[in-house]
Amino acid sequence: MTLERFLILSAVLFAIGLYGVLTKRNAITILMSLEVMFNAVNVAAVAMSRYIAPAALRADPSATGDSVVQMLLTGQVFAMFIIAVAAAEVALGLAIVIAVYRYRETVDITQVNLMRR
Amino acid sequence: MVQEFFFWVLAVTSVMAALGVVGVQDIFRAALLLVLAFLSVAGLFILLNAEFLAVVQVLIYVGAISVLIIFAVLLTRDVEQGNPSNRLRLPAFVGAGLLFLMLTSAIVRTSWPEIPSESLARAEEVFATTPQWLAGLLLREWALPFEAASVLLLAAVLGAVVLIRERQP
Repeated sequence: MTLERFLILSAVLFAIGLYGVLTKRNAITILMSLEVMFNAVNVAAVAMSRYIAPAALRADPSATGDSVVQMLLTGQVFAMFIIAVAAAEVALGLAIVIAVYRYRETVDITQVNLMRR
Repeated sequence: MVQEFFFWVLAVTSVMAALGVVGVQDIFRAALLLVLAFLSVAGLFILLNAEFLAVVQVLIYVGAISVLIIFAVLLTRDVEQGNPSNRLRLPAFVGAGLLFLMLTSAIVRTSWPEIPSESLARAEEVFATTPQWLAGLLLREWALPFEAASVLLLAAVLGAVVLIRERQP
């Protein structure tokens, strides 16, 4: 039950973020909802790394070598890379939002249709 | 028991804050609620024995990303228009709800392979000292992705500077 409740919490956060990304018109709010989704994925990755046994450990439960036990932390390493990518994404995303605002005087994405015309 | 209590407090806080980010009309308040959501996720990381990640979460998300978002809110004048939704509200709600139901049923039905009891003591030992294990992992097994992430961050910073720079006439 302990792993499941973390995963269900992560699913709740992911669904809320997805709803925000799909419905909001302000580009900054969309980026904020995207960050909520990133956080949901991170919670899932860290919870998996805390509670799930890696295949190598399942095959040989007595193995306690560094390489096997380090696999326990793979989820945390994944979460760290996700945080790095999220930082890059939000920096670029906000730069694009500011550039669009300078050009069109709006951050409403339904008004930004340069590619369509 | 204490962990149980803190889990529910943090879970309710993070879900409420995330709902606020999506639902609140004032964008600035939404950004502040996003900070609250980040902080409660950092608390969840501590509950999961990921203390280093919790500190990284506070430094990068609470410290850097939210400040960046708040600056973007202040730099654009659309704040007065509130936080409007587009016409996709109902389909998006149904889609997100369906995705949530699918994920939940998959989570509940799967039988997760738990850590075998023989190696539980060793696992607890590892989870008590995660930072040093993470350092070993990042600089040995995951050294190449680690360097790629640093190149990615450099490229992102350069790209952001080029995008925001004033055009020369």
